[in-house]
Formats: sequence, C-alpha cells, structure tokens
Amino acid sequence: MKKNRFFNAITLTVTSASLYILLALLIFTGIIDEYNGQLLTLAGIYVIVSLSLNLITGFTGQLALGHAGFMAVGAYSTAIIIMRLNVPMIPAVFAGGLITAIFGLLIGIPTLRLRGDYLAITTLGFGEIIRVIMVNLEGLTGGAAGLKGVPPFSDSGDFILDAVIKFSWVYGFVIFTLVVVSNLIKSSPGRAIISIREDEIASNSMGINVPYYKMFSFTMSAFLAGIGGGLYAIYFGYLNPQMFGFLNSVNFVVIVVLGGMGSITGTILAGIGFTYIQEWLRIFKDFRLVIFGLALISVMLFWPKGLMGTNEISVVKLVRKYFFKNKNSDNSSSGSPASGESQSEGVR
Amino acid sequence: MLKIEGLNVYYGTIHALHDISFEVNEGEIVTLIGANGAGKTTTLHTISGLIQPKSGSVSFMGKPVTGVPANKIVEMGLCQVPEGRRIFANLTVQENLEMGAYTRKDKANLKNDYEVVFTRFPRLKERIRQIAGTLSGGEQQMLAMGRALMSRPKLLLLDEPSMGLAPLFVKEIFSIIMDINRAGTTVLLVEQNANMALSIANRAYVLETGSIVLSGNAKELAASEDVRKAYLGG
Repeated sequence: MKKNRFFNAITLTVTSASLYILLALLIFTGIIDEYNGQLLTLAGIYVIVSLSLNLITGFTGQLALGHAGFMAVGAYSTAIIIMRLNVPMIPAVFAGGLITAIFGLLIGIPTLRLRGDYLAITTLGFGEIIRVIMVNLEGLTGGAAGLKGVPPFSDSGDFILDAVIKFSWVYGFVIFTLVVVSNLIKSSPGRAIISIREDEIASNSMGINVPYYKMFSFTMSAFLAGIGGGLYAIYFGYLNPQMFGFLNSVNFVVIVVLGGMGSITGTILAGIGFTYIQEWLRIFKDFRLVIFGLALISVMLFWPKGLMGTNEISVVKLVRKYFFKNKNSDNSSSGSPASGESQSEGVR
Repeated sequence: MLKIEGLNVYYGTIHALHDISFEVNEGEIVTLIGANGAGKTTTLHTISGLIQPKSGSVSFMGKPVTGVPANKIVEMGLCQVPEGRRIFANLTVQENLEMGAYTRKDKANLKNDYEVVFTRFPRLKERIRQIAGTLSGGEQQMLAMGRALMSRPKLLLLDEPSMGLAPLFVKEIFSIIMDINRAGTTVLLVEQNANMALSIANRAYVLETGSIVLSGNAKELAASEDVRKAYLGG
C-alpha cells in the first residue's frame, strides 16, 4: 500500500514536472508563440477557478452560481494587498485566498441551509452584490473606472521571458490546486463530501455532519477561487468590476458541466478547451454567445454527463500499463474505470 | 433503552405527532404500524435527530437525544436505515459499507465487521465492486441494512424495509431482521406491512393520524379484532 502511494507520488511529480519543462521550453523557444502562451496561462487560471467550483458543485452537489464573485474578492484583495502594503506576490495571493475563504464562510453559514435552486439563487445574488460593492467602494477599488497598475509577475522587459515566468507561476498554482482538490477528495472528509452529493438524508443517518462538511467544502472552494482571482489580477494588471459579472460565473459552471461534474481531469480538459474556443469564436463577435448556447445544448443532449462524467484519466494507471507491464498490484477500491486516452492528470 | 415521552412535532402549522410516548427495551423488536401519513417516518426522523420536536423528549440509554445533532446520535449507537433505502447509488457496494463505518473510531476492528455483514448478506460479497445503483431492490435493501450495521448500532431503526420488494425478498429481509435481533441488536421497525411486522415483533404500537391508538403484545394485537379490521384486511 505504502509502496503504491510512493509510486503514485513519484509518477505524478515526474509527469507534471516534465510537462512543465516541455511547455516552458516550447514557449521559450517560440514554438508556442507569445499569444498562445498567454492563452495557456489564462486557461490555467480558468482551470483553478473551475476546479474550485467543481469541488462544491460537482463533488458536494451544491449548485453555486457566484464564483465570479469569489474570484473578484480574491482579485481585488490580492491587488490591494500588493499595491498598498507592498507584500510580495505569493503571500499576497494566499492572503487573497484566505480573505475570500472568510467571505465564503460568512455567506455559507446562512445559505448552505438552502438546497438546490435556492442555493443557486442566493450565490448568484452574492456574486452581483460583490460586483456592485466593487463599483461603489471607489476609494479602495477604483470604482467603475477600475484598478490600474497591479504589478505583473515579472518585469524583465523581455516578452518571451515574461511569458515563460507568467506561465510558470500559474502552472505552479494549478498543480497546487490539483494536489489540494484530489487529495481532499480521496481523504475521509472527501468521502463525506461525496456522500452528501449522493444522498443528504442517508449521509446524515450514517453519522456524517452534513452542515459542517458543506461549509468545509464551500469555504475551501471560495479559498481556491480567491487564489484564481489573485492570479487573474496579476495576470491582467488591471481590474474592473465588469470582469466579474454573472456571465463569468456561468462560464465556470459551463466548464464544470462540460468537463463532467465530479471529474478533476474533465474540468482541466474543459477549462483549456473552453479558453481556446472562446478565442476562436471571437471573430463572430457577440454571436459567439449564440454558438456557445447551441454547443452547450448539444453537449447536454449527446453527453448529458459531460466529457468525463465522474471518471478520471489516471496518469499513474497509464504509466503502469505502458512502462511497468508486469506490475499489476493496483487494485485500489477507489479506482475509477480507466479510460484509454493518453492525457495526463498533470496538465496545467 | 429508548424512551419517548410526550412528543409533539409540527411541520409548519401542521400538527404531525400528538403527544406520542412509547419505549423500546433492550433486546426487543418493537414495531410501529399504521397507515400512510400516520406519522411513522416522522417519529423515526425525530428520534434520529433529522427533525426537531416542538415539545417532548427522546432519551436513549438514559441520555437525552433531543437537540443532539444527527451525526452525534449515530455515534451514541442509534442508526437509522432510511425509507426507500437511500444507498449511495454511484458508489460501489464496498464504498457504501465504508460510509457506514464513517463514525467508527476503532478502524482496526472493521475487518471483522465486514465479515459479519458478508456472512449475513452473502450477495453483497459477490457484488462488492459493483456500483450500488445497479443492484436489485432487495439487494439495495440488504446493502442499506449492511451499511447501518457497519456503525455497530445498539439500536437499529428500520423504516419500511419491505417497501417495493418482491414477496420472496420481503420474507428474506424479515428473517434477516430476526437474525440481527438475535445477535444482540435491538430493533425498532416501522412498517406498512403490518402482518409481517407483527409476526416478528415482541411488542407493537399502532399509530393513527399522529397519535398512538393501540399498543401491546404483537401476537395479541395481531389477533385483535380492531387491528385486523383496520390493518390486516379483515
């Protein structure tokens, strides 16, 4: 058992490190041009926020429609902490995450007693409230004109080097989010969280503290969304309340649903795909929203469970399959049916 | 072991339980029977902490249960098998059983308990890796009971275990309930299938629109004219 765990850790580290080196090199040598490098980085931020939404919506089964609001809290608090208090970037991003987590806790206490549609409506309302507050707190947030001059990840003047550094930071945080979410899901609280999604009454009668774990998952989700927001602030260098409107919250829901509610790898694939499709459809101007809608309807018709359902693509299993053919000791009970695609859990 | 006194429960303005009092002694099978809407499930939910009563008290092994959160009640040794089974449909049989043992602190003894559950329900062992939602209705009921047993309850609350099952399965489930009781678990059984419930219970209470109208020895109740007319089809 212990040996297995060690093997898994090594495999995942090696995969994510080599993927990182590959992508960073490709950006550095210009094979992935600056534009695509930027997009990939933005995709990473979307993946972080989508993973956080998947935690509460996909794994805990509580539909939340206000994640752009959490992202806004993270973004503004990180930016203000960096600009006003001159705190270095990493602690500022984590502080932004923590502040967002506190917001999550405060909003969660009254709203998580609600179920289904009601929770969706209240979180939606929260997202809008945050946006309006950001518009009106002019002294702190710059109001509707926006907050300018958030220092970038690096300021070397070399576009390519900057792109690589930007990408590296975001990639690092994606890995951090992945480690947090996937370990959480496999842990004992993770089991409790999944059982709440499956059946609240049954979880209750099994002795699971349903309100506590709902809160736990919601706060954790807010924390990660806040981190995503903080990176977003540094990525763009400029914040405006319009960046965190209701449509953005919906976009994250779309990513989670497309990828499969309760699938980490699904969210990663959908997050990257979504970012790119959004760019490609820019030539259609506002009609892209129509195309998006149509695409969403057809996905729901033909793959009602999203790209991956609740399944995962496991790098560990693939590595075992192709490199250690004789090592078939992995019969772990939590194993999801392996799908034959050759993507990795460690993608950005 | 379980003592309920003067319980009044409201759903909004609807008075669902009127002054209900009864008790379950250690080692017994006690059944609550009654028609649809009599308040059987409400009573169970109040005992296991899912609903808070307006007045009255529930105590278990001398300790008050009213006001204690539902998850703590399970730790006290009182476990409910909810109506309609409510297994975790997307998890495997094994994962369902693991969830049953969620509150257990003595993880070392779990292996033994799996064996106990598997000898009682051999079918579950055959299907240990199967997704629980794909089990048949009877197997799901077995899983729900096995899951509850994993928490090592002293008192097992069963809510309509025969619901929606084929007659053959109903018989099997009831004989398993008797086995579980013989092995030392006290059982409070809520049933619409009054005939079956009275045949295995020691004592019975008859609920009608939120009040207890009759109580006594299960065999005597089964023979009584009133009960026969009202619940046993003549």
